[in-house]
Amino acid sequence: MSRLDYLQRLEAESIHILREVVAECDKPVMLYSIGKDSSVMLHLALKAFAPAKLPFPLLQIATGWDFREMLTFRDAAAQRHGLDLLVHTNEEGVRAGVKPWSHGAVYSDLMLTQALRQALDAHGFDAAFGGGRRDEEKSRAKERVFSFRSVQHRWDPKNQRPELWQLYNTRKNPGESIRVFPLSNWTELDVWQYIHVENVPIVPLYFAKPRPVVRRGGQLLMVDDDRLPLAADDRVEMLNVRFRTLGDYPLTGATLSTADTLPLVIREMLLARGSERQGRLVDQEGAASMEKKKQEGYF
Amino acid sequence: MSSDFAQLAAAAADIEEYLTRHAHKGLLRFITCGSVDDGKSSLIGRLLHDSKMIFEDQLETLEDDSKRIGTRGGELDYALLVDGLAAEREQGITIDVAYRFFSTERRKFIVADTPGHEQYTRNMVTGASNADLAVILVDARKGVLTQTRRHSYLAALLGIRQVVLAVNKMDLVDYSEEVFTAIERDYRGFARQIDLTAITCIPVSAVAGDNVVARSGRCAWYRGPALLEHLENVTLADDAEGAPFRMPVQWVNRPNPEFRGFAGLIASGGVRRGDTVRVLPSGRRSSVARILVGDRDVEQAVAAQSVTLTLTEEIDVSRGDVLCAADAPPAVANQFEATIVWMHDEPLLQGRAYLLKIGTKTVTATVAPIKYRVNVNTLEHLAARKLDLNDIGVCGLELSSAIAFEPYKDSRVLGGFILIDRLTNNTVGAGLLHFALRRSQNVHWQALDVNKASRALLSHQKPCILWFTGLSGAGKSTIANLVEKQLHADGRQTYLLDGDNVRHGLNKDLGFTDQDRVENIRRVAEVARLMVDAGLIVLVSFISPFRSERRMARGLVAPGEFFEVFVDTPLAAAEARDVKGLYKKARRGELKNFTGIDSPYEAPEAPEIRLDTALLAPEAAATQVIAHLRGAGIIEAYSGQGDLNWEI
Repeated sequence: MSRLDYLQRLEAESIHILREVVAECDKPVMLYSIGKDSSVMLHLALKAFAPAKLPFPLLQIATGWDFREMLTFRDAAAQRHGLDLLVHTNEEGVRAGVKPWSHGAVYSDLMLTQALRQALDAHGFDAAFGGGRRDEEKSRAKERVFSFRSVQHRWDPKNQRPELWQLYNTRKNPGESIRVFPLSNWTELDVWQYIHVENVPIVPLYFAKPRPVVRRGGQLLMVDDDRLPLAADDRVEMLNVRFRTLGDYPLTGATLSTADTLPLVIREMLLARGSERQGRLVDQEGAASMEKKKQEGYF
Repeated sequence: MSSDFAQLAAAAADIEEYLTRHAHKGLLRFITCGSVDDGKSSLIGRLLHDSKMIFEDQLETLEDDSKRIGTRGGELDYALLVDGLAAEREQGITIDVAYRFFSTERRKFIVADTPGHEQYTRNMVTGASNADLAVILVDARKGVLTQTRRHSYLAALLGIRQVVLAVNKMDLVDYSEEVFTAIERDYRGFARQIDLTAITCIPVSAVAGDNVVARSGRCAWYRGPALLEHLENVTLADDAEGAPFRMPVQWVNRPNPEFRGFAGLIASGGVRRGDTVRVLPSGRRSSVARILVGDRDVEQAVAAQSVTLTLTEEIDVSRGDVLCAADAPPAVANQFEATIVWMHDEPLLQGRAYLLKIGTKTVTATVAPIKYRVNVNTLEHLAARKLDLNDIGVCGLELSSAIAFEPYKDSRVLGGFILIDRLTNNTVGAGLLHFALRRSQNVHWQALDVNKASRALLSHQKPCILWFTGLSGAGKSTIANLVEKQLHADGRQTYLLDGDNVRHGLNKDLGFTDQDRVENIRRVAEVARLMVDAGLIVLVSFISPFRSERRMARGLVAPGEFFEVFVDTPLAAAEARDVKGLYKKARRGELKNFTGIDSPYEAPEAPEIRLDTALLAPEAAATQVIAHLRGAGIIEAYSGQGDLNWEI
């Protein structure tokens, strides 16, 4: 093995993937969810193309229910690095009054899946970087780094191109687009280690501090603004909490924690007694639900 | 073992120290392979579970799934941790390459789990392409099987030097030393034949956990390491590090006029500021001015790093070129002997052109000839004219342009390639370059003073190919003949290559199978190209049923020199005409592989000229072709600028 340690190797591999897309695709875009994986992906991209600026825009799918701290962080990052930031919201969904707490699967389909498709189609992007990792979920473990989508944005797990060495076949048929996952071979621990080693900025929501929360179905939800409907017996408590993953605030469970520094967050992660996606209500709809979602075009 | 829970917790107690220690672990990529039911998924599930990479909610899902769909009578079925896609969970088999991750105190591991089914060889090759080590499982009750040999051969072929033979299910043979020793002896005998020498044999039980993470008391006779212990400690010679510097240029970074950087992943060797480098294939030299990792300048960089280099002299470098140590450059060639693993349902045909991607370069490649196919079970060489899905063959390979390369055994980056179908864009094959063929090293392209342009000037015409394609009996030869007569009467220099006539001479050794049709067209296209070079207007009248070959022919000449003429006659009309009585014969079954009857005709999608023979008489069709040539400036050049050119 080379003298490079595993993080340097992962970094080099991800940069190689990012550059390959820019060299071979017509109109790439980076999907930017503002979470820690996106932060790492952005950091890698900045390294891949330095001293040039990013040769592609960032796209964020905003649902209108994003944590306020995430949006502040996003705008600061865009400013700091001179990024071309696109923000898209499914206005149809907003007009239809779809709410995260009352519409369940319909909400995530409209505000995430459909919104993403709308934005990709409207701009004609032929390749989109996503921060997905193979360790997140079983069906992802089998997805290629370059994952093709049909005109309808569907993934066909049975019909994937073999990927050998570091040779990626980026040739598309008419109407096809590619989702590219530069972090495919990273684990959650790798991401945290890298954030630590490289001082990658992340949203402060990952660190514990007193925040207003209510208890809902075994989860702690943050009252980020006054739109979250409260029942008469709901009690808003100030608790020391942090978030292990980030999504829409009414759908993202907080964990009680005192980890207010990066090493403490990593320590907590090492001792974690629940895997990452458990905090996301979206994924708790049956074991094969992620595979189904991806076939339909969810990232 | 290094990362059981108590230790993790202890590590986490002093987190700063833990992070420092773990930041510099190495990385080991390995594959697991074995026959169906050898217990691969169980073994990986066990490694994940025992190295504490399973979270509590996943464990709950596992317990739940084990009861519901497990194959262990309600006991934890570790395979369920690994078998991802819904379809395969129901069938109880792994059907694709899946990647798993775990780490211990010493190393991070990336595992490619590859299936044992014969029809999925392509997945195994995919997984092996990036692996440093292979764990090959055998069932202690069954010993070394055909599949074991196949997987070992593929591992050796893909350049994996280290192999672990995990003799699994030892619990079912009472942990018998005799059984284990017999299997080991058998396997080592086979491995010698394929030059696999670094072999470690370990008796394990994935289900019972013996010798997986920790050494088991139930095989007291076994003195070697447990599997994980071996994976943590095995030393892997990194050939890439000691080799000379090579970096395929991936992307040229030009943010402003002052900066011109060449970005890429270093394939082998190291590079220091001030080193003299050479650019291949051009051979130009320069030296390294700056090395950037991200936006930071460094003094040196090593194999496997992604960097950006700037050079002191402004020389022409673009994507696909290879930067290398000036005093030890790799060879450049365009003809090779290579091993190809075929990965697609449509067979590889001799003579057909594919796209070949190697490093950061994509070129056109033609396979000719296929020397032999390997029976991977017996290692026998078999004659072959095509390769089917999962076949492995040794072939000649001819590229459209020369590339810098190294034998695959020396460099996976400069010796490994994929083949892409030009119509479907699928990855259809993978290959390994072995050596450049002599003819390419010794036969250099002779630069000639009299060229196509000068010959064309002399003959007052622009040379081109008129490629008539259509069903048998469509009227291709009749129309082509009329066109040639008219051109000839006009004083043009022409030649008509007719399908039937060429089959009497140049191509009389070819039949009508798909492979022979491909070769038939390849030869004719090459002859037509020579004639275009000689300054002629070449009329080719061939059924030429496949788009792929017509596209290949088009690619041989310059843009604007190829006119595809689709003589469009419906099958019913051609059959009704049946000038040569061939359709009747074909219908009676006396003529095999007859286009339109039992062999496909792929109509042109965008021909330059389409002749609808239902509407046009042959004379009118010929006139239309001539008119098109005039419109395209092929025969206008004569009267327009001929005299002037003559003076020059």
